[in-house]
Amino acid sequence: MTAEALAPPPAPPSATPSAKRPRPGWITQLGLQLSNGWADTRLTFHFLGEVQLGLMRLIRGKALFRISDLFWQIDQAGPRSVAIVSLVSGLVGVILAYMGAVQLQRFGAQTYIADLVTIGAVREVAALMTGVILSGRVGAAYAAQLGSMQANEEIDALKALGVDPIDYLVLPRVVALLLVAPLLTAFAALVACLSGWAVAVAVFGVQPMEYLFKSLQALTLPHVLIGMFKGTVYCGLVGLAGCRQGLYAGRSAQAVGNAVTASVVQAIVWIVVAASALTIAFQRLDW
Amino acid sequence: MADAIHAHVEGLTMCYGAKLVQRDLTFDIRAKEVLAIVGGSGCGKSTLLKHLIGLMQPSAGRICYGGQDLNTADPKALAGLRRQFGVSFQSGALWSSMTVGENVMLPLELFSNDGADEREQKARDKLALVGLADAFDDEPAALSGGMKKRAAIARALALDPPLLYLDEPSAGLDPLTSAQLDELIQHLCDDLGASVVMVTHELESIFAVADRLLFLDAETKTMLALDSPQALLEHGPEPVRKFLRRGKLPS
Repeated sequence: MTAEALAPPPAPPSATPSAKRPRPGWITQLGLQLSNGWADTRLTFHFLGEVQLGLMRLIRGKALFRISDLFWQIDQAGPRSVAIVSLVSGLVGVILAYMGAVQLQRFGAQTYIADLVTIGAVREVAALMTGVILSGRVGAAYAAQLGSMQANEEIDALKALGVDPIDYLVLPRVVALLLVAPLLTAFAALVACLSGWAVAVAVFGVQPMEYLFKSLQALTLPHVLIGMFKGTVYCGLVGLAGCRQGLYAGRSAQAVGNAVTASVVQAIVWIVVAASALTIAFQRLDW
Repeated sequence: MADAIHAHVEGLTMCYGAKLVQRDLTFDIRAKEVLAIVGGSGCGKSTLLKHLIGLMQPSAGRICYGGQDLNTADPKALAGLRRQFGVSFQSGALWSSMTVGENVMLPLELFSNDGADEREQKARDKLALVGLADAFDDEPAALSGGMKKRAAIARALALDPPLLYLDEPSAGLDPLTSAQLDELIQHLCDDLGASVVMVTHELESIFAVADRLLFLDAETKTMLALDSPQALLEHGPEPVRKFLRRGKLPS
């Protein structure tokens, strides 16, 4: 057999570079990106509207989902997140106490570490950290679960049965997060305060009871309620971002991966935007 | 006979965005018949199925069940219409977070007044019907491709719908399992009085069970023929005869 006979056949005319469609110019690409971004934003608003309607159906007792699913989701989002929330909150409490103490020590005011750690953790940091942790642990799982279901036609099978995926899949997840969020936030704040206390006592020589007294003095009901409210908002956003990305994922493994990444990014962006807005709003209201 | 028709499709045109898939499809789905939807790859068979079960909106035309348009029905009516058919998807689409038994029981749990024991018994009966009596407690991931498809048929049968849609039920199955599936379809139609609409490429299955064959053409983007497989094999349009003879037409 000759070398020519073994050579691969020439490429068909359509595969030659000259026959390829010309690469669009930058203005076209920008326009396409804006158009896709707009379509994406509309889809998100459509999803949020659907969830709102679903919540109304839930309140009226007309939403179609299994209560066992809700309890399962609560178990997944709440108790199973306690370990990671404890670890991260504890370390953040240590950082808060250290950072604060080093600055306050200059003025001989290290007893105020208690005020700083308590108010900082209860009002802001615990909620923020709980939201960020759950975006990676729970929101990403939601996106992966729903994305895989989309890829395997499982969501189509639900729709064909006459079951609304918003009711059956999204509501149990979002409601579970809304229920566990205040508890997890309170727990994260408690752990952060305790680790701050340990640092203040062990490293900076603050009297244990003095720290405790100052902490309780600084801790007011509005701080607690605002912290828990923020935690609930952030966790709700995590659930929405995870479900939105999963429910509208493409039908391939790559698309599921993209949905998971997008859910974490979207949740963190939403949390940061919400944190800024809420902090400014509560300061303006003098709460 | 009007009561012998389950569904009526009129002037159906299907598009993906600006891309036309099929146009002007008009046909009926009759009671107690097996209708095979056939055509080359990418001609829009599965897309037609998704339109028939209301997962996609037509660009034009109507799909009516009992005189009610699937795409203009209010949500309550739509839910009622959807209870009239069971669907088995190409991949089986079993809910992976549940066991096989729970998959079959879910429609009963959501839409019937049966108690837990009754639901379980019905689910076991349906699984036995498709030859999966022992798979009740198995996870879907533990099933073979053929078993998944049969479990999906059991789930589609859970509410005893008068009409079943099956997407490629025998694709990728060994000849023996494929033949068993054909027997099951024939049994559903003859003994249980169900109508079956199946999207398929399997010529053996078509000639074994189909009463009528709807041929979709990818080139003209419309239906070329609707008749019994034998009649189309002998007198159908050339592309249909060619398809049914695996590309070989007698000289």
